[in-house]
Amino acid sequence: MLKFPIYLDHNATTPCDPRVVEAMIPYFTNSFGNAASRNHPFGWQAEEAVDYAREQVAKLIGADPKEIIFTSGATEADNLAIKGVFEMYASKGNHIITCNIEHKAVLDTCKHIEKEGGEVTYLKVNPDGLIDMKELEAAIKPTTILIAIMYANNEIGTVMPMKEISALAKKKGILVFSDATQAVGKIPADVTKDGIDLMAFTAHKMYGPKGVGALYVRRKNPRVKVTAQMDGGGHERGMRSGTLNVPGIVGFGKACEICLNEMEEETKRISALRDKLETSLMKVEEAYINGSTQHRLPHVTNISFKYVEGEGLLMGFNKDIAVSSGSACTSASLEPSYVLKALGLGDDLAHSSLRFGLGRFTTEDQIDYTVEAVTKTVNKLREMSPLWEMYKEGIDMNSIEWAHH
Amino acid sequence: MAYSDKVIDHYQNPKNVGTLDKSKQNVGTGLVGAPECGDVMRLQIEVDDNGLIKDAKFKTFGCGSAIASSSLATEWLKGKTVDEAIKIDNMEIVEELHLPPVKIHCSVLAEDAIKAAVNDYRKKNGLPELKFEESVVH
Repeated sequence: MLKFPIYLDHNATTPCDPRVVEAMIPYFTNSFGNAASRNHPFGWQAEEAVDYAREQVAKLIGADPKEIIFTSGATEADNLAIKGVFEMYASKGNHIITCNIEHKAVLDTCKHIEKEGGEVTYLKVNPDGLIDMKELEAAIKPTTILIAIMYANNEIGTVMPMKEISALAKKKGILVFSDATQAVGKIPADVTKDGIDLMAFTAHKMYGPKGVGALYVRRKNPRVKVTAQMDGGGHERGMRSGTLNVPGIVGFGKACEICLNEMEEETKRISALRDKLETSLMKVEEAYINGSTQHRLPHVTNISFKYVEGEGLLMGFNKDIAVSSGSACTSASLEPSYVLKALGLGDDLAHSSLRFGLGRFTTEDQIDYTVEAVTKTVNKLREMSPLWEMYKEGIDMNSIEWAHH
Repeated sequence: MAYSDKVIDHYQNPKNVGTLDKSKQNVGTGLVGAPECGDVMRLQIEVDDNGLIKDAKFKTFGCGSAIASSSLATEWLKGKTVDEAIKIDNMEIVEELHLPPVKIHCSVLAEDAIKAAVNDYRKKNGLPELKFEESVVH
């Protein structure tokens, strides 16, 4: 039996795995201690739980537990990494390289850095959503202190060549930071194998609770330091003050452990469902996949259905199916997704896109239902789309003088 | 964002979707918006010998509110004279459909489409085109 609504927006957030919730519960009530209380059992118990979780988190990404700084989430970790490096390495330089499809938590932090006197290069991506290694190399200056490139993109799921990036950075003596929010727990993102110096990620994208994330900060080869952005009691080796969110951290640890143990099998199952969804939807006329299908997360597909508008399309089934659209008709600007535009998509295709994010609890029945509902709605809306009619009549839409708003 | 029941109803059961023969002298066609902006509306009117709009059709590329605004506009147009048609104000559409502020541009587009259709009809019939003030909200 299908239960509604169907959730296919796992890039936005994921439900907590029941095993995660179970692990967290004792730390709200009986074991409620402050992990920084060094002189009684309540504190010891909390500290022990945090230490264990730190090991679970570190293990998932191939790190040492001492290299994990717990934060309130990936946004805070992004801020701490970029601002922290910018301040700590000010004597070495002020130039940061990033790319134009990063999450706003990175892009807006970089804008802040520019206001503080920093210099930022925003690399463009190719139509596949990947950066060009030659462009990256050409952008490096003597003053470059950090390369900040996301591991995987949140809208199209494309995976960046992290190993190549870090190899180049290492040669030039530059630190590499990666916002790996979408990748950790889904694909084997490993700071040792990938040569990453700082990495941000969060629990709620991998079936853990909201409000807890982490920044990985390398301790050896090289030893990396960041200036704290939150002052106070000197928690987390002085890099992030604030009483630790013990139940959240426990849940984060459990979520990481589950991901590590089940990733291989889960990836097989989910990518098979994703491929089924994608293949079925690509049977719709004038449908296009956005971003690389080769270098991509296993659970994501982003598809544009030309000549129908994304928000109008969502309305046809969003009572039953939760997906996300690259169209921004609700915002005052009417600007569609900057990520899709960065791929070189025309505004028409960017306005016509849907992002499907599958997850641990997605079933084949749900995929079958989704294919049918989306196909039906696309066809219905095309029947009332003047653009579809023009396309079918062979009218060149570029020849029309549109009344631009 | 939650849509009003009226928007949902027009979206699910749009009135007067279709195409009129734009080569006919008594058919006026208005095409407004742009694909880049995420909405394009085409509204057509067919006028009888007495200057009454006897049929109206639309096709819209856009969000639910844009579809509802054009569907409602075609309903209101039928039976009106051409002169009455141009008096339809976008705020009447906003009120009828309970459009939130971010969707006001959908109603403006519908008003513009009506005016464009009327002017196309006037042009075809040797009447001077009417000048309208630029709509403020876009």
